[in-house]
Amino acid sequence: MHKLTNKLKGNKLAQIILLVLYVLVTSLSLYLAQASVTAFLLLLFSLLLLYYTELPDRLKWVIAGVVLIGVIPFVSSTGPGYQSYMEVATVVGIYVAMALGLNIVVGLAGLLDLGFVAFFAIGAYTYGIFATGQAANFMPFGDFPLSGESFWIFILIGCFVAALFGVLLGIPVLRVKGDYLAIVTLGFGEIIRIVFNNLDKPVNITNGAMGLASVKPPEIFGYQFVYPNQFYFIVLAILLFVILAVRRFEYSKIGRSWKAVRENEIAAQSMGIHLVRTKLLAFAIGASFSGMMGVVFAAKQTFVDPTSFTLLESITILVMVILGGMGSVPGVILGAAVITILNLQVLTEVTNYLNQLSLNGVISFPEALAPAKMQRFIFGAILIVFAIYRPQGLIPAKNPVFDEESLKEGSKKHRKDQITVEPDKGFQA
Amino acid sequence: MSILTVSNLTKQFGGLVAVNSVDITVEKGSITAVIGPNGAGKTTFFNLITGVYQPDKGNVQLGSTSLIGKKPHDIARQGIARTFQNIRLFSNITVLENVMVGLHKQLRAGLVGTLFQTKTVREEEKRAQEEAYHWLEYVGLAKHLNEDAQNLSYGAQRRLEIARALATKPKLLLLDEPAAGMNPRETRELTEFIHRMREDLDVTIILIEHDMKLVMEISEQIFVLDHGEKIAEGKPAEIRNNVKVIEAYLGKSAVTPA
Repeated sequence: MHKLTNKLKGNKLAQIILLVLYVLVTSLSLYLAQASVTAFLLLLFSLLLLYYTELPDRLKWVIAGVVLIGVIPFVSSTGPGYQSYMEVATVVGIYVAMALGLNIVVGLAGLLDLGFVAFFAIGAYTYGIFATGQAANFMPFGDFPLSGESFWIFILIGCFVAALFGVLLGIPVLRVKGDYLAIVTLGFGEIIRIVFNNLDKPVNITNGAMGLASVKPPEIFGYQFVYPNQFYFIVLAILLFVILAVRRFEYSKIGRSWKAVRENEIAAQSMGIHLVRTKLLAFAIGASFSGMMGVVFAAKQTFVDPTSFTLLESITILVMVILGGMGSVPGVILGAAVITILNLQVLTEVTNYLNQLSLNGVISFPEALAPAKMQRFIFGAILIVFAIYRPQGLIPAKNPVFDEESLKEGSKKHRKDQITVEPDKGFQA
Repeated sequence: MSILTVSNLTKQFGGLVAVNSVDITVEKGSITAVIGPNGAGKTTFFNLITGVYQPDKGNVQLGSTSLIGKKPHDIARQGIARTFQNIRLFSNITVLENVMVGLHKQLRAGLVGTLFQTKTVREEEKRAQEEAYHWLEYVGLAKHLNEDAQNLSYGAQRRLEIARALATKPKLLLLDEPAAGMNPRETRELTEFIHRMREDLDVTIILIEHDMKLVMEISEQIFVLDHGEKIAEGKPAEIRNNVKVIEAYLGKSAVTPA
């Protein structure tokens, strides 16, 4: 195995050929053996292989695009499992975007947030209220529900409203640090959920625990988005934007100030970094990604109620970030994908399989260990194993590598107008 | 011309008066040392100037602007930079990025510009990298640019803190025990380096230091704090023979032979 990887290292052509072969084989097996979860997962796995190839970044993006836009929807489209695969892929996309948002708050700015799902809820309700008749209860003007065409604007509105609430949460919370911050954000998450649960009186805004039913599906030029395979592309487009944004922020002045605040608040301030503004920006940007996906979620489910936004959801998103690797964009993407697929596919499959066995009388489980209950147990065990053996995450965060030669050239410019530097003389310990 | 004027500065922590009506004037372009036994209030004094603590009484003026009530980041923007007694680097990011954080207040990149990676933002970022590299060259850390700050040796970490502080283009540089933990050779080099900084960069330097050789060699003016009070000030030669100072360091019996 080691020999093989060594041989592959540096040989880009072989890497491409192998990757294409891998995609072909998995696609073909998915195409022929429909409803095979394994083939579907293996096909998704090709994206991880792609990440580890040594191809130029641009080419990687193109290949990923081809796989995500072309190969995956196409090869799974012929069989009966099509919509369920697309559903899984869509949900993965939603969670990836949320985990990337939380990664800014927790991974980059170092602010532990245990109520992150609140922003997702805010996004979902923002669209849900106006895309059902609900808004007519309290809006003095306008004709509700708004048409499905408003969905596209609501992605932006959801983004801004969530960002606004991110700032609103941030202002009181910034006085507290560490453990206390975690508790306050946890409270915030619960408050938002409970408010949505009870805001059906005196004025019925959220329809309380009944939830908002028949949310209008997105629509453009008379074309309606109803099925998971259609939402898949919406999510993909937003996700692309989110990944691009996160990467650009991370390696910028803003990203550096987040990391500086995470590493040492006092030193960061003494470098002229505005502590409050920096933290609020992290909250706002993180929340905005969640808000956008909340809008999509509401439209996809066509039903919004408070039970979708429990503390467990917040914890799950946090687990994605920690398992993937705090502060690492590829890590968090992988973490979110792994956890979502584990929850939606693998663990349910395992449970079904065990149920089948016990029904057939092959093995019998005592009541307390019924397979349905084991699902969370297995999930927990996996987390513990990872926490012990890979505490830095699946793909740990990496710092950028700067090109010394070009900087050496460039820094000469600064010498002229300032001072003469003799790098090897003087202050050398 | 004085660059820093501190008058009647007082800070209490509960019943303890950490800094007690201290008056200090620092000349522009000078090198000043603040010395005193452990617990004399030296670092608290620095923290009061840089806004980490707010004083209970008194005034701190940089040039003609009062720093009272200003937040640490505002004071940094006014042109005061510092290093810390217990090194406070950004441990998990690279050496170059540490210095780039020091350039923070000079960079104009905003949210939208960063998102769309406009030409101005990209050029500014490139310039910032080059300038940060330049500061690394200045303190002799250029070859470590891509290492994590936490992996540097102790002396190198101290130098990186200075590079980071210099990147903010300070008018006034506060060094909190820059020679702590250094061997004699390193201390000698540091002495030269502090002189060089003043010549090259037109910066006023105040340092807290326990190494008396360094202090006497380098500073034009020395302030001595003890129990939060200024007990002496003057040129090195005057301080060396000051009875109160000897008493503070060595006890009463050292000055009044039994």
